[in-house]
Amino acid sequence: MTPYLSLSIWVPIAAGLAVLGVGRDRDAAFARWIALIGAIAGFLVTIPLYADFDTATSAMQFVEYASWIPRFGIHYHLGVDGISVLFILLNSLMTVLVVWAGWEVITTRVAQYMAAFLIMSGLMNGVFCALDGILFYVFFEAMLIPMYLIIGVWGGPNRVYAAMKFFLYTLLGSLLMLVALIYLYSVSESFEILEWYKVPLEMGAQIPLWIAFFLAFAVKVPMWPVHTWLPDAHVEAPTGGSVVLAAITLKIGAYGFVRFILPIVPDASRYLSGFVITLSLIAVVYIGFVALVQADMKKLIAYSSISHMGFVTLGFFLYSQLGVEGALAQMLSHGFVSAAMFLCVGVMYDRMHSRQIADYGGVVNTMPKFAAFMMLFAMANAGLPGTSGFVGEFLVILAAVKANFWLGFAAAVTLILGAAYTLWMYKRVIFGPVANANVAKLTDIGRREFWLLTVLAVAVLGMGLWPKPLIDVMHVSVANLLQTVARSKL
Amino acid sequence: MLADLNALAALPEIVVLTAAASILLIDLFVSDDRRHVSYWLTQLTLLVAVCVTLTTLRLDAVRAYHDLVIDDMLADFLRIACFVAVSLILFYSRSYLVARGMFRGEVFVLMLFALLGMEVMITGNSLLTLYLGLELMSLSLYALVASRRDHAQSTEAAMKYFVLGALASGMLLYGMSMIYGTTGSLDLDHVARAVFTRHANPALLTLGLVFVIAGLAFKLAVVPFHMWVPDVYEGAPTPVTVLIGTAPKIAAFAMALRLLSSGLQGVSFDWQGMLIVLSVLSMVLGNLIAISQTNVKRMLAYSTIANMGYMLLGLLTADRYGYSAAMFYVVTYALTSLASFGIVMLLSREGFESDRLDDFKGLNRRSPWWAFIMLLVMFSLAGLPPTVGFYAKFMVIEAAINDGFVWLAVVAVMTSLIGAFYYLRIVKLMYFDDPVETLPIVVRGDTQLVLSVNGLLLLVLGILPQQLIGLCAIALTQSNFP
Repeated sequence: MTPYLSLSIWVPIAAGLAVLGVGRDRDAAFARWIALIGAIAGFLVTIPLYADFDTATSAMQFVEYASWIPRFGIHYHLGVDGISVLFILLNSLMTVLVVWAGWEVITTRVAQYMAAFLIMSGLMNGVFCALDGILFYVFFEAMLIPMYLIIGVWGGPNRVYAAMKFFLYTLLGSLLMLVALIYLYSVSESFEILEWYKVPLEMGAQIPLWIAFFLAFAVKVPMWPVHTWLPDAHVEAPTGGSVVLAAITLKIGAYGFVRFILPIVPDASRYLSGFVITLSLIAVVYIGFVALVQADMKKLIAYSSISHMGFVTLGFFLYSQLGVEGALAQMLSHGFVSAAMFLCVGVMYDRMHSRQIADYGGVVNTMPKFAAFMMLFAMANAGLPGTSGFVGEFLVILAAVKANFWLGFAAAVTLILGAAYTLWMYKRVIFGPVANANVAKLTDIGRREFWLLTVLAVAVLGMGLWPKPLIDVMHVSVANLLQTVARSKL
Repeated sequence: MLADLNALAALPEIVVLTAAASILLIDLFVSDDRRHVSYWLTQLTLLVAVCVTLTTLRLDAVRAYHDLVIDDMLADFLRIACFVAVSLILFYSRSYLVARGMFRGEVFVLMLFALLGMEVMITGNSLLTLYLGLELMSLSLYALVASRRDHAQSTEAAMKYFVLGALASGMLLYGMSMIYGTTGSLDLDHVARAVFTRHANPALLTLGLVFVIAGLAFKLAVVPFHMWVPDVYEGAPTPVTVLIGTAPKIAAFAMALRLLSSGLQGVSFDWQGMLIVLSVLSMVLGNLIAISQTNVKRMLAYSTIANMGYMLLGLLTADRYGYSAAMFYVVTYALTSLASFGIVMLLSREGFESDRLDDFKGLNRRSPWWAFIMLLVMFSLAGLPPTVGFYAKFMVIEAAINDGFVWLAVVAVMTSLIGAFYYLRIVKLMYFDDPVETLPIVVRGDTQLVLSVNGLLLLVLGILPQQLIGLCAIALTQSNFP
């Protein structure tokens, strides 16, 4: 059996090291091509994960199991189920897009830039398929290093502050998680995540464990009120960094909720579900209002991400098939849509070197093709039916209404707010008369940008019109997850 | 009677002593421009010492010289670690020493004598042997710190080190005398028996223990016995700083293990409490004060203090698992520390110490490779995967949690977050800032090779730590520690 999961981790990392090894700053084109080939190879090896995936079982598939550190019973244990497999594909696809998006834009230290993204891609695939607590933690932490460098080296004027804040914030959460992992080991004598699903825990142990895990993942998601690093990181990061941050890194936080928090500490989760739901609704509604008043496009999309991720955590803690599937669909959709939105801002930023909404106006007159693409993505961000954004939000709202009408009502406010902040920004930037001389000089998107956005547009529309193949993949695994969660551990 | 001497057990020490004495003599007949003969002889000595240790390797513990010394797996492993550390220091510091007129026979000989002292500390099985080893090491180190006669700061550092070090030795000796007085023996095995069978006066024993711990804490550089560390680190010539910061820590760890575990395991409850206080204070203060430093050597001094606090987490569990975690910690810390000072010396040249943080600015532009190695060092010190520093922290935290000290584990991770801040700042200087210095970095070929291997080892051991973890576990299971 081909170890596809190992390949999905190590092919991008090896490609990244190769780029570092042979790529010289003087010969940037060479580094770019190696990076692109590596990224495409990394994506190709993940395709069998979807093609050969058995949707009838909730068991882990493509399992790889080898002893790693026997002294602590730590294994190199990989495997995917319906919940994680799609994110590996999403991540590998995004890596190709990001490498391609940085093609002409990044001109300083190209080899290091490309290598950082490739290595990070491999590490993030590792996060999604690790079934050993320490293996997960190693990938989870190691991934911070390339992102720290990406923000700090290729970022905007305030990059040092943003990079430090990003790193320390996320480290704060994950260090407590390390204590939780080791505690679980001392209780269960194993670092196997699947073993932890079965180990009985008292409420007195579950609550501290829940808090430790929650801090780690809530910072990553990010949930209100630990979200403040995200707008800074997004604003300062280069376009590629923002894309990966929004499309994949945030998903890792949400993924942690379903892989760790819900099944490992189910009773604490149920006990504290009201708390999470409240925080989620604050994210959805309050952060939605915050997004409305932003003057910086990247900041606006960053806040919109927080608001959309609020939907994900809301969906998880409704404890219904619809809610969890809706949340997972929302994660995938947000991966495509936020990536597309950040790429759109990147396209404009490359030409104008400004992200301020006030500096734009009437872009449609000079960039009609671009305006059409951005229209689609803005609609998807607002959750228009027919786009991917609709699927997840609709399912989660449905689940929320089933649980409690007012919960559903509050969640549905996002449909209004999302439309308001996204379309209002779109109107101010794209429509109207040409605002100034700089906008008048804009040139429409080139071939590279066109195809980049086309790939994402196809994904957004495809998932919006026919989400069934994706939902089918999750279905059995989600049902199994809910069964696990329903069993009390007390 | 003669069989009891069992000379094989101390063969590495004999080798080092003979070589040190010979090099001292040979160096007299070597002209200044051929001083590298002494240098390579020293390196050869270390190589031979490693080989001798490996060939006399035995799984069981051998007591020799009327139980004055003990040769077990722990001793062999830590001796080799010290030999390697000193050898690396010599590789890294060659250009530094040459540029400052310190490339002299005395320096090598003093280093070898300090090494001999460490070996005695590692193998001592009696209060007296341990003390003699400690003094031999300390006196050689005092002299080494002062070896730049014309440098006021070095002289001041040496003075401070000597006065405070002598005080600490005095305390240690005082404590040992009390333990001797109440147990009636210098031999650690006898001490242990007397403590277990409660033949010792508990009040006197506790008092002795307090002084012994204070003396050990001074050598390990943990709060509140850390005052000498930043000044000595800053004032001493960098090769001596790295010598103080690496191998002696390994030796002090071994000595602490021998005294506390082999000798005083019976009162482990008492010393556990003291170590908890020392550990927490070191982790908190070491990391906090390090933030405000602008000098790399001072920053690394506080980093040492903090790291020894983490190491104590393993030691204070008072069981074999904790000891092996602490041992892994101290060995990998030495390895990481060696690489960090290696880079500092790499960037320095004649008349320029390169010990300010700002000297690291834009290193990635000047040399991506050395910036990458320093990046690994910094992340390893911060305890982030995939570097070996992560497993070091992981193991001591695991040991603490396993022993029921979850709150200590939480303190440890929270302080390591503070630590991450100042380690990251160096990464920031190297990668995010523009260089102020544009001169190319000139490095000897052998230094380049050794330092690169040293740096990459942090990554390799971070991905495949199993062998080293296993070695540390074996060293302790074969050594009759409770």
